[in-house]
Amino acid sequence: MNLSLQRAYYIACKDLKSYYLKPPLISWGLLMPVVFILAFYLRNPQGISEVAPGLIGLTLLFSSTSMAAIVITFEKRINALERLLLAPVSMQTLVLGKAAGSSAFGAVMGAAVLIMGPAVFGLSVSNIVLLLLGLVLSAVVFAFMGLLISVAVREVFEAMTLSNFFRFPMVFLCGVFFPFESLPKILKAVGLFLPLTYSVDLFRFCLLDQRSFLNPYLDVAALTAFCLILFFFINTAFMRRLREQY
Amino acid sequence: MTAIVEARHLQKTYGKIRAVDDVSFEIKAGEIFGLLGPNGAGKTTTIRMLSGLTEPDSGEACVDGCDVVKDSVGAKQRLGVVPESSNLYGELTALENLIYMAQLYGVPKSQWINRAEELLKQFGLYERKDGRFQGFSRGMKRRLTIAAALMHRPRIVFLDEPTTGLDIMSARGLRRTIRELQQSGVSVLLTTHLIQEAEDLCSRIAVIVKGKILLVDTVEGMKQRVKETEILELELEPLNEPLLDALKAAEGVEHITLSNSRLKLYGKTIMRKLPGVIRLIESRQVDIVNIRSVTPSLEDAFVKLTGLEADIMRIDKPLKPPGGDA
Repeated sequence: MNLSLQRAYYIACKDLKSYYLKPPLISWGLLMPVVFILAFYLRNPQGISEVAPGLIGLTLLFSSTSMAAIVITFEKRINALERLLLAPVSMQTLVLGKAAGSSAFGAVMGAAVLIMGPAVFGLSVSNIVLLLLGLVLSAVVFAFMGLLISVAVREVFEAMTLSNFFRFPMVFLCGVFFPFESLPKILKAVGLFLPLTYSVDLFRFCLLDQRSFLNPYLDVAALTAFCLILFFFINTAFMRRLREQY
Repeated sequence: MTAIVEARHLQKTYGKIRAVDDVSFEIKAGEIFGLLGPNGAGKTTTIRMLSGLTEPDSGEACVDGCDVVKDSVGAKQRLGVVPESSNLYGELTALENLIYMAQLYGVPKSQWINRAEELLKQFGLYERKDGRFQGFSRGMKRRLTIAAALMHRPRIVFLDEPTTGLDIMSARGLRRTIRELQQSGVSVLLTTHLIQEAEDLCSRIAVIVKGKILLVDTVEGMKQRVKETEILELELEPLNEPLLDALKAAEGVEHITLSNSRLKLYGKTIMRKLPGVIRLIESRQVDIVNIRSVTPSLEDAFVKLTGLEADIMRIDKPLKPPGGDA
């Protein structure tokens, strides 16, 4: 394996061990989607399958962004990030490693909801490859979003507040609880600039008999583009922030 | 001896404050080189520039032949850095922390455990290898942080204020460890505000004040610079400002310092002027409790050469709380 990728892998493994694989965090990660599923199920048991793609997207969004933003901010506070910056690790490797840990956590949480699919939602998967690709790409994009948020804040509570500033509007603009096509034109235009729109649309295609608003390959292309753009921005933002801080 | 670290005209400004101003020096292979200066002198900024953490505004630096800006990853690979705060991972055990460092520095997997255990034994932490870092005492944390910097067998180690905040026994143990490092062929860059520590450990010292290097010399070389200066140490009762002013102006006195109620008078002919000094003191109805001539120490050389009071060097930098800013 390439040395940089190997180091990114070790950074991700360390983060998973130190922060993610803790019972309280795993139960917190699963609690939110379970509560949402119960709430929707009790309201309309027949229509629960319609919100399943949105709930998977929502779980991925919250799991991946939260921890990415918190872990970096926490490590900045206790000076542990300095330890990583002193190591022979490029900024790209550091970003990849931090994002990998967070995406892995988000993807596992999203997959857990997905596994409940057949039993709870009565869903069948029409394209497993696209579904898994969507799961991974979405987890990476949301982890990058979390990292970008961590650049802008100093305290853990600020990371949470700023994360919600972006996440909650996305819940309403990206077709999570109602079809994207039913949004007014202006909000639809805004939604097209948000990655969750493409995640949910791709999950709808794979889980709801190919009933999606956009072409699934466009969804994959858009999510890939978000990954690349965010990766570039995070590297630049981190470098600038470090110059200010040190 | 060849230079293993070279700093040339390094400069760094934060806002309107010039933290490091045209700093140049070389560290020779196998020596302990000290950066000695009061808090806020620019020691940490210098070490951060040399370790690739901070980019200099101008100037250049090389570590073992690697430019710290152009090839910062290469330079970091050759270095072991022990920052001022012991910043390993609290959730990981001592062994896990060392193995993580081995992974980051590309140590072959077959050596991870052996090397980690060898260092844990060397630093007296083997019995606590499965204990979490967050549960360690300050001295143990410091030792493990140094061990972590040595996992990849670097040829040069940077130690930023290594004994700050440690009790006397831990500090002594750490100084012994630093000497052992040198004996094993590792070059050491040590920053300290403790004159005695620099005198005990360093082969050569660079005195840094307000971001500028005032001089670079061996301990003996520094003492030589003040060897012609005679020093008279006095304990007086009571001591008052008018008397101090009078002594400053007395014939033969070039400079005076006051530390822990001990007054030191410096001058090339101070001993010949002693009767006059005694007469002056007695004329003010002040008792001489103790009087002696002392040989110039590094502290005296430092005071003479920098014009700073030695007391300013004894002020410890406040320890950063666990959540302190970097």
